[in-house]
Amino acid sequence: MSEKILHLDTKQFDEVINKEKLVLIDFWATWCAPCRMLAPVIEKIAEQYDGKLVVGKVDIDEQQELAIRYGIQSIPTVILFKDGKVVAKEIGVKPLKAFTSLLDSEIA
Amino acid sequence: MNNITDIVIIGAGPAGLSAAINAVTRGKTIRIFSNNDNYLSKAERVDNHLGFYNISGKDMMNQFIEHAENMNVNIENKKAVNILPLGESFLVNINGEIIESKKVILAMGISKVKEIAGESNLLGMGVSYCATCDGMLYRNKKAIVWDLSHDALKEANYLKDIGVNVTFVSNKNPSDELNPEIKYIKGTIKEIKGNNKVESILVDDKEIEAEAVFILREAVAPTALIDGLETENGFITVNRNMQTNIDGLYAAGDCTGKPLQISKAVSEGLIAAQHAAKEIDN
Repeated sequence: MSEKILHLDTKQFDEVINKEKLVLIDFWATWCAPCRMLAPVIEKIAEQYDGKLVVGKVDIDEQQELAIRYGIQSIPTVILFKDGKVVAKEIGVKPLKAFTSLLDSEIA
Repeated sequence: MNNITDIVIIGAGPAGLSAAINAVTRGKTIRIFSNNDNYLSKAERVDNHLGFYNISGKDMMNQFIEHAENMNVNIENKKAVNILPLGESFLVNINGEIIESKKVILAMGISKVKEIAGESNLLGMGVSYCATCDGMLYRNKKAIVWDLSHDALKEANYLKDIGVNVTFVSNKNPSDELNPEIKYIKGTIKEIKGNNKVESILVDDKEIEAEAVFILREAVAPTALIDGLETENGFITVNRNMQTNIDGLYAAGDCTGKPLQISKAVSEGLIAAQHAAKEIDN
């Protein structure tokens, strides 16, 4: 597990998305096999965008309030926040490319 | 993650089995998955595959399987639900089991998947192809299981066991194997309705409220299996090496297009496996 990825509870989550400009959150759960598939992709993003983007994970079983707040219907769901607001949502297992093209356009 | 498999093959018809024996011959480790009968086993008579004539499709298929099994190819009766390219390797989700492989060969035959209204735009928003993957999200909620394959019963019982409020929609007669506490509706799903999430389904002309629909077909369509796969007229686009537009991903047999013939499938399986093996060795 990469040290660059933050594991957030609801309070920490609110602090991070309000403090940081660009935050990518992976909503997951321990029982979810597709989430395990996506994990290496999220780790690559954290390394590749180190310093430009904060990457975090939220366990939806432990943080049900956040899952409800963001209407998580399926996991993995990855949400990109800019200045605390949702700017993009990717549902399901997607290749790295799907995220990098999105992030590059937001960072540029 | 356990050991990395050299080649994962999806489908065990003539193309998949030909790929399997050729990969094994080249000393590669493989896993091969199939969840359904293929067309060959239903053909009444085959006369145009060299060396075989006046043979039933079923007998021919059995000889193919016997050949493969004699070369220690073990066909696993499981369904692929998702493939993720990582660049150097792939992660393949076999109904909840995650396998890492260097190459993947798609040999799933022609896709009989007919999408219904609302299916693709609500995929991941209540529409799911895998009960063991997404079931836990719908504990204490109302979910529909659509019986389009032999494993749908088992998956419906699984969902019931973990606490999902399951309704089973099927065209067949109720089976004794279905948990008797599961509600059974005879019919066909015509449409999935909802705005950003599943809200209801239409079974024939009757509307039923639900938060999830598990569509359990025998196979997942190739374009739903892997993001960004190029197709033309419903067939997977390949080059002469049977490579698709995704690096390390091959396709062989009927899924690549016409002619839908055994000899072509067997040849393409061989080309795909030998090329994949060569790439692994380089």
